Amino acid sequence: MALDPTTVRRIATLARIRVEDNEIATLQGELNGILGWIEQLNEVDVEGIAPLTGAAAMAMAMRDDVVTDGGYPEQILANAPDRNGAFYAVPKVVE
Amino acid sequence: MMLTDLTIAQAQAGLRAKTFSAEELALAHLHAIETLNPRLNAYITVNHARAMDQARAADAALAAGQGRALTGIPLAIKDLFCTEGVRTTAGSKMLEPFVPPYESTVTAQLLRDGAVFLGKANLDEFAMGSSNMTSAFGPVENPWKRLQNADAVLVPGGSSGGSAAAVAARIAMGATGTDTGGSIRQPASFCGIAGIKPTYGRCSRWGVVAFASSLDQPGPLARTVEDCAILLESMSGYDPKDSTSANLPVPDFQAACRRGVKGLRIGVPREYRIDGMPGEIEALWRQGMDWLRDAGAEIVDVSLPHTKYGLPTYYIVAPAECSSNLARYDGVRFGLRADGGDLRDLYERTRAAGFGAEVRRRILIGTYVLSAGYYDAYYLRAQKVRALLLKDFTDVFTQVDALLVPTAPSAAFAQGENMDDPIKMYLNDAFTIPASMAGVPGMSVPAGLDADGLPLGLQIIGKPFDEETVFAVAAEIERSAGIVALPSVRAGA
Amino acid sequence: MAYTLEGSTGLWEVVVGLEVHAQIVSNAKLFSGAATAFGAEPNAQVSFIDAGFPGMLPVINSECVRQAVRAGLGLNARINPVSRFDRKNYFYADLPQGYQISQYEHPIVGAGQIEIELADGSTRQIGVTRLHLEQDAGKSLHDQHPTKTFIDLNRAGVALMEIVSEPDIRSPEEAGAYVRKLRSILRYLGACDGNMEEGSLRADVNVSVRKHGEPYRTRCEVKNVNSIRFVMQAVEAEALRQIEVWEAGGTVQQETRLYDSHRGETRSMRSKEDAHDYRYFPDPDLLPLVLDEAWIESLRAELPELPDAKKARLIAEHGLSPYDASVLVAEQSTAMFYETVAKGRDPKLAANWVTGDFFAALNRTGRTVEDSPVSARDLGGLLDLIADKTINGRIAKDVFEAMVETGRDPASIVEEKGLRQVVDTSAIEAAVQKVLDANAANVAQYKAGATKLMGFFVGQTMKAMGGKGNPALINETLQRLLS
Ligand SMILES: [Mg+2]
Ligand SMILES: [Zn+2]
Repeated sequence: MALDPTTVRRIATLARIRVEDNEIATLQGELNGILGWIEQLNEVDVEGIAPLTGAAAMAMAMRDDVVTDGGYPEQILANAPDRNGAFYAVPKVVE
Repeated sequence: MMLTDLTIAQAQAGLRAKTFSAEELALAHLHAIETLNPRLNAYITVNHARAMDQARAADAALAAGQGRALTGIPLAIKDLFCTEGVRTTAGSKMLEPFVPPYESTVTAQLLRDGAVFLGKANLDEFAMGSSNMTSAFGPVENPWKRLQNADAVLVPGGSSGGSAAAVAARIAMGATGTDTGGSIRQPASFCGIAGIKPTYGRCSRWGVVAFASSLDQPGPLARTVEDCAILLESMSGYDPKDSTSANLPVPDFQAACRRGVKGLRIGVPREYRIDGMPGEIEALWRQGMDWLRDAGAEIVDVSLPHTKYGLPTYYIVAPAECSSNLARYDGVRFGLRADGGDLRDLYERTRAAGFGAEVRRRILIGTYVLSAGYYDAYYLRAQKVRALLLKDFTDVFTQVDALLVPTAPSAAFAQGENMDDPIKMYLNDAFTIPASMAGVPGMSVPAGLDADGLPLGLQIIGKPFDEETVFAVAAEIERSAGIVALPSVRAGA
Repeated sequence: MAYTLEGSTGLWEVVVGLEVHAQIVSNAKLFSGAATAFGAEPNAQVSFIDAGFPGMLPVINSECVRQAVRAGLGLNARINPVSRFDRKNYFYADLPQGYQISQYEHPIVGAGQIEIELADGSTRQIGVTRLHLEQDAGKSLHDQHPTKTFIDLNRAGVALMEIVSEPDIRSPEEAGAYVRKLRSILRYLGACDGNMEEGSLRADVNVSVRKHGEPYRTRCEVKNVNSIRFVMQAVEAEALRQIEVWEAGGTVQQETRLYDSHRGETRSMRSKEDAHDYRYFPDPDLLPLVLDEAWIESLRAELPELPDAKKARLIAEHGLSPYDASVLVAEQSTAMFYETVAKGRDPKLAANWVTGDFFAALNRTGRTVEDSPVSARDLGGLLDLIADKTINGRIAKDVFEAMVETGRDPASIVEEKGLRQVVDTSAIEAAVQKVLDANAANVAQYKAGATKLMGFFVGQTMKAMGGKGNPALINETLQRLLS
């Protein structure tokens, strides 16, 4: 499943990473190299195998429904590149 | 003996005996950092004033008879652990301005036990790399030199390269690292120190900048196996803030180092004998088996049939998780923002400017393998192979107590080597990744030197939550190896 | 007669499926300890987890799980003992992590169904595909600044149940009835307050149209509709738009749209244009959610009586008409009010008073059952006064009006105004005799066969007694004296 330039652009858009036209060919080569190498997994017989998401083999613990966090808007906003009062600010979004 | 040469165990004793103060110990390290860090670049941020405050507090605690396990012990903290009020960059331009308003669980526990934080250690960007060459804050120099061609600047390994280099160069007594596919074990091997990736779930991930959540695991690096045990005891334990944290008691790891290996069955998986592995590594591995046999262990030939698929599986799972974990770096709430015409443009420019080439590559691979039409072929298949990799270990641990394998297929290489092709770089982690995929503990211990005089590590892999056996075996190898060689670049040298 | 829309090429059938997002009633958020209360200062109820800060990890709130299971049980649905959380990946300014934690492949609740009632008295079963837990996003404010959008993350991470229906709905009326019924069930359970103005309940309306007997055509999703009326309007507006597109020879594109209630039309949402590839995958920060069967059964055992069951009981045990019963059970507060009034009393009389004078009074005063000027206890007391013949039904109406006005109890109003009915037979007989004497001509006509004049004599007697005469005794006395 080799990537073409259109697919490279589509992935970059999905990932929200700007890719200049002159970077496409290099990226395409690198990504195809990696994906081609990964394809050796097709040799493995995975018939009937249940997928494994993570290595932690236990049931999930739950929290009580108690307010224990929040209430510090200044800290939430302190690292913001742009803010207006108690809001984060971004360029206007047209819905 | 210089203060910077002490092990953590020795420093604990000296501090308690008032042979020296925590302030003197911290100063010795801070001065060494001043001298060596401009060259090694092992630290991104050095906290002189804060470290001295912590050292003085340690002295006060010791004077009051309230010393704890790590009171006054100077450590380097991988700059992936969020530290309250201290900039945390993850080795990325993206987080260059980020000052966390919270302390990670692991570092909070180290502080609780009295540790002194010298500074934040350099690393591959977002922990993605095996050479520390991907850091936005520049590469780290390995303090070891080849006997021939001593001018070559070697890499410390990665991604915990700054941590490993700092400990090896004696500008930290120990360090925190994180290991996703070998990021503690491989740099430990390259820098001639010990490092353990505990069982997934042993140390809390809360407050550690995430790379691949199902694999990331904090752990210590130090110059001795016992020092690693001391640090891991402090770093471990159940954290209700991390849903994947294991609710299990923390054993006495330090005591486990003295257990010996008599009667243990040690497996040697044949699949780790790969083509093109240097003869010296093969020989060292045999030497390790002999040491353990001589100490009373039984060496057993075993098979982990899916070993060769660990690496390609990892390069689906880790990028997939990272593509999602790193979506939060969007220029809105913290970190870098590049201006754009509209929000989409802002995102795309921010992320292009903030992420380096390797991080971008992995995000793109991860985005692709999760995207519509490709999920089953890549991600789902990888998860199934991951189940087989775990089954390999589960099966083999019905026959043996631990496994002995090399840590890495080579000694430290020079900056610029292996850089032309990402896959060549990825192969560095071939021996560490299977244990990561299975979540089992793995430790690298220095076992010998190659013909160039560079350190080589052996890796002990244990059963889930049986770090004690790992420590016992690693300590045995450490004693048998009796390495006395020191890196050329180090405090006082 | 099935609902259809007429286009230039003939009749079109409307196919609707609803995704309802219901905010779970909880103190803290789904994966963080931040508060959920409505109306806080911007970003005041936000934890570092909700804001997607580096290294922050989710831990699930047990109450949200409990309420989701209860909701599932209330929808007659299968509860899945093992479910899982997935990440839905997309970029948006009010989605701090760059993904929403949701349940994609393995939801906590599987298939169920909801019975809806239509105006003509008929009922229909609407299939529920699933119910899953997920996080809400934050809020984008687009109208506060000429060039900027402001972001408030107070809602980010609040627990939602997304309840997805089968495409079984065939008209705006059915869509409205479905949401109304679902909201009623959730409110009975206390799982969601159902407040659509505050956004506690929102519907994504999936609409397509087709000619009779055709397979489904392309659907569009109208996002975040926040009132039942708008849901119904959006179905029709979107269906009409699609019919126009098809009939003009075009093709409906699958897309996300918004309902503009001012213009009464839907329009494409530009900001969501390319968000179709969500790259769902299991959230590695969370483990499978494993529920104990015994625990599920204990929740089932503790469920309150839900509207359908209550309606059936009111019909069977109280002898109410299906119509009255469904009116009374639609809101739990109404049902509780009615049941308090009816307890130990004539249930039909209670139903008549609640659906009649009581509802009329609420309407007139703009109040709700919750803040009604007349308590259920007092209305019950009024019925007792009728039953023990302290007052008659006619006077009861006046007493009730006084209760609405003053909020006082009926007994004290009756005492103060001297409204006790007269049951003294000699007093009644005297009054009747007086009326008969004064209306000799009418008496003659009555005796000649004009028996309908009885009503006239009753009215005159009651009038003479200031309305306080016992109607039964007056009747009886008249019958006797006129025979
Ligand atoms: Mg939807
Ligand atoms: Zn949803």
